[in-house]
This record gives sequence, structure tokens and C-alpha cells, in this order.
Amino acid sequence: MNSILGSIPQIPLAHWIDNFVDWLVQFTGFFNAITNFIGSINNAFQWVFDLIPIWLFIVLVLALTYYINRDKQNWGLLIFEFLGLLMIWNLNFWRDMTQTLTLVLTSSLIALVIGIPLGILMAKSHTAEVILKPILDFMQTMPAFVYLIPAVALFGIGMVPGIVASVIFAMPPTVRMTNMGIREVPDELIEAADSFGSTEWQKLFKVELPIAKTSLMAGVNQSMMLSLSMVVIASMIGAMGLGTKVYFAVGRNDAGNGFAAGLAIVVLAIILDRLTQSLTRTRRKH
Amino acid sequence: MSTKKSTKVEVNNLTKIFGKHINKAKELSRQGKDKAEILKETGATVGVDRANFKIYDGEIFVIMGLSGSGKSTLVRMINRLIEPTEGEVLIDGENLMKIDKKQLREVRRKKMSMVFQNFGLLPNRTILENAEYGLEIQGVDKATREQKAKEALDTVGISGYNDEYPDQLSGGMQQRVGLARALANDPEILLMDEAFSALDPLNRTDMQDQLLDIQERLHKTIIFISHDLNEALKIGDRIMIMKDAKVIQTGTPEDILTHPANEYVEEFIENVDRSKVLTASNVMIRPTIVNIEKAGPRLALKMMKDSEVSTAYVVDSRRNLLGIVDANDVIRLVREKNGDLTSIVQTKVPTTDEDTPISELMDDISQTSIPYAVINDKKQLRGIIVRGAVLGALAGNEVSDFE
Repeated sequence: MNSILGSIPQIPLAHWIDNFVDWLVQFTGFFNAITNFIGSINNAFQWVFDLIPIWLFIVLVLALTYYINRDKQNWGLLIFEFLGLLMIWNLNFWRDMTQTLTLVLTSSLIALVIGIPLGILMAKSHTAEVILKPILDFMQTMPAFVYLIPAVALFGIGMVPGIVASVIFAMPPTVRMTNMGIREVPDELIEAADSFGSTEWQKLFKVELPIAKTSLMAGVNQSMMLSLSMVVIASMIGAMGLGTKVYFAVGRNDAGNGFAAGLAIVVLAIILDRLTQSLTRTRRKH
Repeated sequence: MSTKKSTKVEVNNLTKIFGKHINKAKELSRQGKDKAEILKETGATVGVDRANFKIYDGEIFVIMGLSGSGKSTLVRMINRLIEPTEGEVLIDGENLMKIDKKQLREVRRKKMSMVFQNFGLLPNRTILENAEYGLEIQGVDKATREQKAKEALDTVGISGYNDEYPDQLSGGMQQRVGLARALANDPEILLMDEAFSALDPLNRTDMQDQLLDIQERLHKTIIFISHDLNEALKIGDRIMIMKDAKVIQTGTPEDILTHPANEYVEEFIENVDRSKVLTASNVMIRPTIVNIEKAGPRLALKMMKDSEVSTAYVVDSRRNLLGIVDANDVIRLVREKNGDLTSIVQTKVPTTDEDTPISELMDDISQTSIPYAVINDKKQLRGIIVRGAVLGALAGNEVSDFE
């Protein structure tokens, strides 16, 4: 057996992939443009967060929560947010927290802008679904660390490669849930839209997307949580934030600071999760 | 029943085959094989097999059949929600198969609207916004479309729920909204796909009555799909019966009941055919009776006015039928100041006895303009039979205005 296996030459898979990445690297101009673009979104978020005084930021988060839940107030969440954010301030993690928030928001935004149209395409075209499904599976199951290597080669060190890796890892749920939401719109509603003479765009914006909204928002929520789970990994290639604190604590075998930073991530995760979930609920005029 | 009928919708050779091997299926169908044989040989399902019919302007045309008969496929080919495999649909002489997507949208927006079995209302929109949908996609401005939608909601008798959402309303109410949404476009043709089938029996009857009311005012051309013969008999001006993708018979309710085209139709109507068990006494109604020994022209005229009829039945004190008098003749007598009705009594009145099954009367009833008088064995007048009451009774309604 051994001799048979030994006689088959090893497939140079790693070599091929290296060649492919090397080939990609020659399009420096293109990747620089993307880096600048993503970087400027990231910087814009960060600029805003740095501008707002901490006390005002906390007030704004509480006000936003209050507004989103205006028909069914969740006092527990408000108290949690208040105490949680105070704790982050007190632990001196504020800037790290806003950096992490920036990374999550930027990558979620990009995942949304790319993912929703892809999901729509997938729902409308059988061919697109057949092609995209295995790609999505691949994106989601490939260990996220692996993305860091080409990301560094193409986008350098810092926030941007971290965001790119997060987008790749976090986008699939948005695509999938958009696709599913649109496919699950009852046939009769599609027929109703068609029978009154809707154009394809009218059908999409007036019938399909509004009805798929719950499912679509669940996808956005999942994407956001997945990109938050990337922050520690992204810190390995220089994406600053709470992840960096955890990463350093691991290096120094510093359980105390590691857990403290981890707790701050948990607080941020719970706030983001509850806020996007509240947005998911169908709201009525009265 | 109208004297001049113009054709609104004409369907020629309309065919739909689902699945693969469509050409082979077509070939087999031409050779006279039926749906089951074609499915077995080719795997293709024949939805509708060469349907031909005409629908006249302003009539309610009921397409009837059991599930799988192809009726829903057929109605969806009329607005091309389902693309026909073959054949053509002409609306006002315009061939719908030859127009492009944009023109088709215009036809759907302006000429015909559809009402769905499970209402097809958008759950995220209020009642008013649902009723506005058809106008909204045409780009009608907010004020105009709101006004038209409100009018349509009024027409179907559901105002005051504008800001509710569909799931806050009962099934009957939701379907009224579905109907209002269709009417808001002011279409010439209404396609109603099993529109009342999802409703409970009481609501269904209400909606049928309301549809007839609305039709009286608006005179749309209505294509109504149903699996319920009672419903078809009640609301249809003409009925088309389908079985296994084929059209079996087209005709008025009376035609269908009196001359079923084949055993299938016969069997079909047997389940609901009350004509064999109902007798004259079941369907007769109370006539306006004038006792000639007591009443003169003035009283006769008042009685006829009160009950809004133009004919009264004349009897003697023992209630024996003598004949009928016509309102015009009575008015003449009143003018001439003649106090005796005898001179104007018409004695030629068709009669029947109480136990005659209405299946025997159907033909004669549809041909005579004077309602049948029902008399007992002592020649006493018991009641009269009007055509509407017969059809109503066949359709399962109680004849309510009899003592």
C-alpha cells in the first residue's frame, strides 16, 4: 500500500495557491484602491466615535435602544447597557471598544451591501444559486485564520485586512437568509403582485423585500455576530481593538486582563445583538 | 338574457402542458389520449387541453370543476400568469399572446384584476394600503389613489378598517379587501380564483350575495372559478364544467341542470341536484291574491303596489283559482270607474299540483313568462313558482317568503 501511495506524486496544491496569490499581488493598484476605500469607511466611523464624549455616547446608545423598543420597552436591556458601558469606561477599554465597534460596523456594512444583492440574485436565478451555494459553504467553513495570510499579502497590515477577512467570514448568513426570505414569499403574493401589473423592481421593493425583511434582518444579525467573533483573530494582523488586548494577554499568560477584555467584547456583543434583533421585529403604525 | 351580447373574452384552443416532452404530449393529446395516459407515457402533465369558449360582456362566467381539472391553470392563462403552451386569448379582439411584456403589464393594470383564494393580501400593509396597491404601481398620486381605494372599500362594505392590518380581520373581511383591491383599478374584467372557497359557509353566502349586488351596479365581466356547483348555480350567468383538463359543457345553469352533456355532469349535479327531490310545494312562494268577491280594482291595485308586483292571482271565497289580472288592466278599470274585475281576468294560467317534482317543471318554467300556479286537489291556490325561486332552491337556498 505504502509503495503504491508513494509512487503517486503529491499534488502541489499549496504551490498552486501560492502562485495564484503571487499572481494577484501584481494588481497592486487595484488592491490599494480597495484598501483606501475600506480604510476611509473605517476612519470615518472611528472619527465620529472619537469625536463623541464618552458620557454622550452612552446617552446616545440608551436613547437609540429606547427609540427602537418604543412600543415595548425593555428596561433590563437599558440597565445592562448603562452598567456595561460604564464598566468598559472604568476598565479603560473605551478606545479599544470603539475600534472594535468600528471594525464590526464596517465589515457588517460591506457584508450587507454585497450580501443582500447576492442573496436577491440567488433567489431569482437558479444558476446563481447552484454556483453560489458551494462558495458560501467554503467561505464559512474554511478556518478563519487562513484568510489572514492572503489578506496580509494583498492589503498589508492593519484594520483593512482584518475587515476583509471578517467580511469573507461573516457575509454568508446575510446572503443565505436574503435568498431564503425571498424564496419563502408565498406564491399567491407573487401572483398578486404580477396580476396587478407590477414591474420586477416594484415586485422586489414593494412585496418581496418587505416580506423577507424578518429573515433578512436575522441574516444581518448573524453576520454582525460572526464579524465580532473575528476581532481577536484580526488582531493578529494588526487590527486594533479589544481583540488586541485579548491577544496580548494570551502572549503574556495574563488571565486577568484577558478576561477583562473578553468581558468587554461580550458586553458589546450583547448590545449589538439585542439592538439588531429589536430592529428585526415587524413594527406597526399603531 | 340580454338581447345583444358582445364577446369580451374569447379563448381559442388554449392548452397548457407542464413538464418535459411537451411535443410528444401534444401529439398524444391530438390522438385522443386522456390526461392519465399522457402522464404515463411522457411524464408530462396536461393542465388544460384545447379549451374553446367565449365570455360575453357583463356576464358572470363560472368555470367549474374538481381539483386537478385545470380550472385554476385556465384562469391564470387568461392574464398570462401562466404562459400557455398553445392557443390564444382574445380580449376585446386583441390577442394577448402577441403582446410584449410592457403591453401585458398595461392590460393587467387597466383591464383585468384578480382575486385570490387565500386573499393574497400583503401582511405588512394596512387595509387601505393594500387596496391602493394596484393604483400605486401605476404611479397614481397618493391623494387620488387613497380616494379610489376608499371608494372601493365602501363598495364592498368595509369602511372604517383603513388602518388595520390584514391579520386583524376575519377571512370574510379580508376577502372583501381582496375584492376592493381588484375593484380600485376599475378593471373591465375580474378574475376570481376560488375567491370564496376559503370562507365558512355563512360568510360565503354573504359574499356571493354581495358579489351579485356589486355586479348589478358595476356590470363587470366576471370570470369565477369554483368547485362548488351550488355556488356556480347561484351566481353564474353561464357555467363551464371542466374535467381532467378538458371542457365538458358550457351553458346556462338551466341548460346544465336540464341537459347535462354526459354522465360525468349528470353525476356531478346529482350530488347537489335537488330537482329530483324538491317538489312544487318546496319552492312556491306566496302570490298576491285578490278575492274577486270582496275586492274591486282599487283594492287590487293597492295590494299589487304594496307587494310590488304587476300580476295578481284572482280567487273566489273558497280560494279557488280563477285566473290572473294585469296591473295595466286594473289601472284602466280604475280610470273607467268600473268596479268589477271579472272582465279583465285572464284565465289561461299554467298550473301544477303540489307534489310535482321540479325536475319535471324546469323546462316549462324557463319558457313561460307567467309564474306557475300551484293548486291542490280541491283546485285551491296554494302558491306560485317563479324562476328565481326554483334556481335558488336548487342552489340550496331556503325559500324564505312562504308562510
